[in-house]
Amino acid sequence: MRYAFWPGCVSKGGTPELYPTATSVAEKVGMELVELDQATCTGAGALGEHDPKLVDVLNARTFALAEREGLDTLLTICSTCQGVMAAVNYRLREQPEYLAEINETLREEGLEYKGTLTVTHMMWALVEEVGIDHLKTMVFRPLRGVKIAPFYGCYILRPRYVLGMNEHPNRENYLEKLIEAVGAEPVDYEGKSKCCGFPILTINNDTAVTMVGNHSSEAKENGAHVMVTPCPLCHLNLDGYQPNASSKRGNNINLPVLHLPQMIGAALGFNETELHLKRHIISTDSFVEMSGIQRA
Amino acid sequence: MQANLKIQRYDPEVGEEPRYDSHQLDLPEYATVLDALLQIRDDVDGSLAMRASCRSAICGSCSMRINGEARLACKTLIANIVQVEGAEVTIEPMGNMPVVKDLVVDMSMFWDKVQKIQPGLLPKTPEPEREFIVSNDSMLDLATALNCIMCGACVSDCTVLEVDKEFIGPAALAKAYRFSNDPRDNATDLRLDLYSQENYIWSCTRCFQCVQVCPKDVAPMEKIMSLRKQTIEAGHTNNPGTRHTQAFADSIRKTGRLDEIRLTVKAFGITNITAMIQLIPIGWRAFRHKKMPHLLPKSISSIKNVRRIMDKLGNE
Repeated sequence: MRYAFWPGCVSKGGTPELYPTATSVAEKVGMELVELDQATCTGAGALGEHDPKLVDVLNARTFALAEREGLDTLLTICSTCQGVMAAVNYRLREQPEYLAEINETLREEGLEYKGTLTVTHMMWALVEEVGIDHLKTMVFRPLRGVKIAPFYGCYILRPRYVLGMNEHPNRENYLEKLIEAVGAEPVDYEGKSKCCGFPILTINNDTAVTMVGNHSSEAKENGAHVMVTPCPLCHLNLDGYQPNASSKRGNNINLPVLHLPQMIGAALGFNETELHLKRHIISTDSFVEMSGIQRA
Repeated sequence: MQANLKIQRYDPEVGEEPRYDSHQLDLPEYATVLDALLQIRDDVDGSLAMRASCRSAICGSCSMRINGEARLACKTLIANIVQVEGAEVTIEPMGNMPVVKDLVVDMSMFWDKVQKIQPGLLPKTPEPEREFIVSNDSMLDLATALNCIMCGACVSDCTVLEVDKEFIGPAALAKAYRFSNDPRDNATDLRLDLYSQENYIWSCTRCFQCVQVCPKDVAPMEKIMSLRKQTIEAGHTNNPGTRHTQAFADSIRKTGRLDEIRLTVKAFGITNITAMIQLIPIGWRAFRHKKMPHLLPKSISSIKNVRRIMDKLGNE
């Protein structure tokens, strides 16, 4: 399967471990990624707070770039990008007149979005295109005995009507399915579908850090050895601000947080360097040891 | 149709921990969760405390958590739940509000918050002698906000209220939008000034939970987003929220992508010395783990087109 690929800014910035791991996993499972090097930031939900139309134009521009490559599906590895793009795509496809208006702005660059694109996340593509059964046959190193807490975050779950949940109701359980597919055990806890707090980190730091503490502690209390997330922004907060959450709560939470492609890559046989596990704030040593991942 | 209702029971006056009672029921296909609960209360256990009235999704009395999500019991068909989520249906009281007994919560906090946004028209002129005619268009814009039946579902499941009790919450802010955008109201600027203060619009994390659970499609979060835009346009910009969204535009204009370092500094505000000092250990942590974003990120080669688009749309 060939995809237009938008990695998102953070996968190469604040979480530089994500991009190389995700692209290697994609190659291994047979996803051909055509990266859109001229695409822009999606606005991440924040730009739209003062300029929603700009969000629509910038993302329509990205969609037009994908169509120009002759591709019909755009794959991303960032839930936030995916959520924003899915919402824009929904609006544009529902309102042909508005789409025509947006295309007027793109015309000078020789671009037009025809409305043919489907937006997907690597998590969805792994289940719906690669398939759980096929993925299982590729597992080289089953993560037996590892208890993994799924953390979905917001943008890949809500709102349902934008994300095709009516057609694919199981999308709300894909992380658990993937955790099982790699031989690990999913850990259930209430926080898995709540907000990580990242969007208001600079606005209301206390709330954002409290959320990190609540979710990581709850997962740990329910037996998790590690957490896994499909969203690099959740990762920035859950991993990057976990030390702050620990000091706030007065106990060392110490729960490693994996990006989804790192969990898949670990099961596919990648070594510690290939998984870029040293680029985490919370040490992943316990996970490396438990899973039998080859050290660098 | 067979369904197993697991109902949370709790009476704070007795002082025991909350427990769950299970009821195996044979129900008709058209049964709602409310039908099932009434059947239990009437035929099995008269001590079950719950609120319900109209049975038609109009009065907003019967919101409760059904399989972990706030919904109206009268609008939720058991058959739909059983089909998608399995034969066991868990019923709990709404969240974020103290439980009075079983499925009844104390909504004082909900009403206090709605009161804070001045939920009444502050008119332009003395009381008119006859009705005030407003345009259809202006009321159409308010229609979704007017749909609110004050059921509390959005407040129950708000992920911010769970950790920040000071947040005014989604229901009050949807109501705020309804009044600040009413052509008969004369206090828009005062309202927008209030809403741009701490604990109002900028405390929302944009998690979509309120959009998801609202049984009347009010979409409170979308109203909050509109209020953010309106407060900025009205010049209420000296707040971290405005700095944050503006920093996104600046970064995209400069490189087409997110310049995370500058975005963070701008969003906190470079003159915010406390925040800047707090960023030092975080920056050092990132540096030590080789995850510091580029100090001087490169622009995409077609950046001129991005800037032209932003100019054309008037984004400064």
